[in-house]
Amino acid sequence: MPAQRGAIVEARGIHKHFGGLHVLKGVDLAVRERELVFVIGPSGSGKSTLLRCLNRLEEPSDGSITVDGIDMLDRRTDINKARQRIGMVFQSFNLYPHMTALGNVALALRRVQGMSRAAAEAKARQALERVHLADRSGHYPGQLSGGQQQRVAIARAIALEPRVMLFDEPTSALDPELVGGVLAAMRELRESGMTMVVVSHEMGFARAAADRVVFMDGGRIVEEGPPEAIFGNPQQERTRAFIGQITRH
Amino acid sequence: MSNWDRFLDSFFNARVAAEYLPKIIEGFWLTILLAACIILAGVAAGLALAVLRSLGIRVLNWAIIFVVDLFRALPPLVIIALLYFGLPAAGLSLSGFAAAWLALSLVLMAFTEEIFWAGITAVPKGQWEAARSTGLGFLDTFTLVVLPQAVRMVIPPLTNRTIAITKGTALASVVAVQEILGAAQAGVSFSFNPTPLTLGAVAYLVLFLPVVILGRWVETRFAWKR
Ligand SMILES: Nc1ncnc2c1ncn2[C@@H]1O[C@H](COP(=O)(O)OP(=O)(O)O)[C@@H](O)[C@H]1O
Ligand SMILES: [Mg+2]
Repeated sequence: MPAQRGAIVEARGIHKHFGGLHVLKGVDLAVRERELVFVIGPSGSGKSTLLRCLNRLEEPSDGSITVDGIDMLDRRTDINKARQRIGMVFQSFNLYPHMTALGNVALALRRVQGMSRAAAEAKARQALERVHLADRSGHYPGQLSGGQQQRVAIARAIALEPRVMLFDEPTSALDPELVGGVLAAMRELRESGMTMVVVSHEMGFARAAADRVVFMDGGRIVEEGPPEAIFGNPQQERTRAFIGQITRH
Repeated sequence: MSNWDRFLDSFFNARVAAEYLPKIIEGFWLTILLAACIILAGVAAGLALAVLRSLGIRVLNWAIIFVVDLFRALPPLVIIALLYFGLPAAGLSLSGFAAAWLALSLVLMAFTEEIFWAGITAVPKGQWEAARSTGLGFLDTFTLVVLPQAVRMVIPPLTNRTIAITKGTALASVVAVQEILGAAQAGVSFSFNPTPLTLGAVAYLVLFLPVVILGRWVETRFAWKR
C-alpha cells in the first residue's frame, strides 16, 4: 500500500487487544510532514495506546504502521534505529534520576548514535539551549521543577533529530503555573517545522497551534478536522458532549 | 573468694586473656577473610541471578526461584553440615573453611538475588519506556538506566542482610574453623576458663560495630529524593 503523499506517519487499521480488552478498534491516522495533529478524547479511549503503538512501545494486534517510510511492524526493521526518528514525551517526564540533565540528553547520543562523549555533550547542550535550560545542564531531575524536567525530556527527544515527535499529555502532571513554559517549548518546536502528534486537553494551545484535531472515543476516531470545526462546530453527538464537558469548567 | 571475684576470674582472667589473645587475633583475621570471601561470592552470584531473571526466560526463572527459595528456607547451619559432613559420602570432601564459605555464600546469594530483583522491579516502567523510545536496546537500558537505580535503592537492605549473614561466620566453628568463635571455644576447653569467650565477644564487637554503624550511615545516605 503506497504511503499517502507527504505522510510521515501512516497508521492503518490499528487494533490493539489487552487480553480480552479491545482497546483500539481499527484506527487510521496519517500525519503529514510539518503537521501538528492534536488527539483528544475521554480517559481510557485509547489515545496513549495509539501513540505507543506508533513507536512500538505497544505491539499492535493488527494493522500497519509506517514512519518516515519505515515499516515499524516488520520483524526485519531495526526497531532501535527506527525509534530514533520518533521522539516521545511522557506525562510523567521519565527522566533518569541518577543522571544530570545533560547526562539524560546525551545518553542515547552516545550509546545509540555512537558519538564520543564530547560530541554527545555538545549536542546535548544545544538541545538544552533550545528549551532554554542550558544553565541547568548540571542539575539532577530531583533538583528541577516539573516544568523544567519536562523540557529536559523534550530536549532528550529532539537531540536525536527525530522526524516526528509524540507527546502524551505533556502538561497533565504539571502545576498550572508551570504549563506555560512547556507549551512555549512545544510551540517553538512547532515553529521550527517539527511534525507533532500531541495528546492533550490544552484547548488554547490546540486552537493556536494545531492543524488538525482528532477526537477519539471507545478505541475509534470519531471525528477529525481543523480546530475551529471540532471545537466550534462538532458534527458528532459524542464529540459535542465531550467538547461541552471540557470547555464548561 | 567472693562471687564478684569469681565472676572476674571467670570472664576477665588476665593470665588466660594474655595466653589466648594471639589465637583470638588469628581468628579475627580468619573471620574477616571468610566474611570477605562470602560477601564477594554471595553478592556477585546474587546479582548475576537477578540479571538472568530479568531476561524473562520462564524455565530459567523457575530454576532461579527454586534455588533462591531453597537457600532462604534452609538454616545456614544445616547447609554447612550437609556440605561438610554429607559431601564426603559422595566422594567429595571440603575443608571446614570451604564448606562454611560455600554455604554462607549460597545463602547470601539467595537473599541478594531477591533484594536486587525487588529493586529492579521497583524501577518504574516509564524508565524502560523512556530509554527504549530513544532507541536504547534492552541491554543498554538495563545496565545504564535500570540497574543503577535498582542498586541505589537496594543498598540499605543489602547492607543489612550482608551484615546479618556475615555474622553467620561464627557457624564455621562447628566445622572446626578457628575463626573468632572457634578459637575462643578452643581456648575455653584448654584453659577451663571462659575468658577467651569474652575476648571473642570483644573481637566481634570490634569487627561488626563499625560495620553496623556504616550500615546505618548508608541507610540515610542513600535515601534519595526524586
Ligand atoms: N498495559 C495495559 N494492560 C491492560 N490494559 C491496558 C494497558 N494499557 C492500557 N490499557 C487499557 O486500555 C484502555 C485505553 O487506555 P489508554 O490508551 O491509556 O487511554 P487514554 O490514554 O485515552 O486514557 C484503558 O481501558 C486501559 O485501562
Ligand atoms: Mg493516556
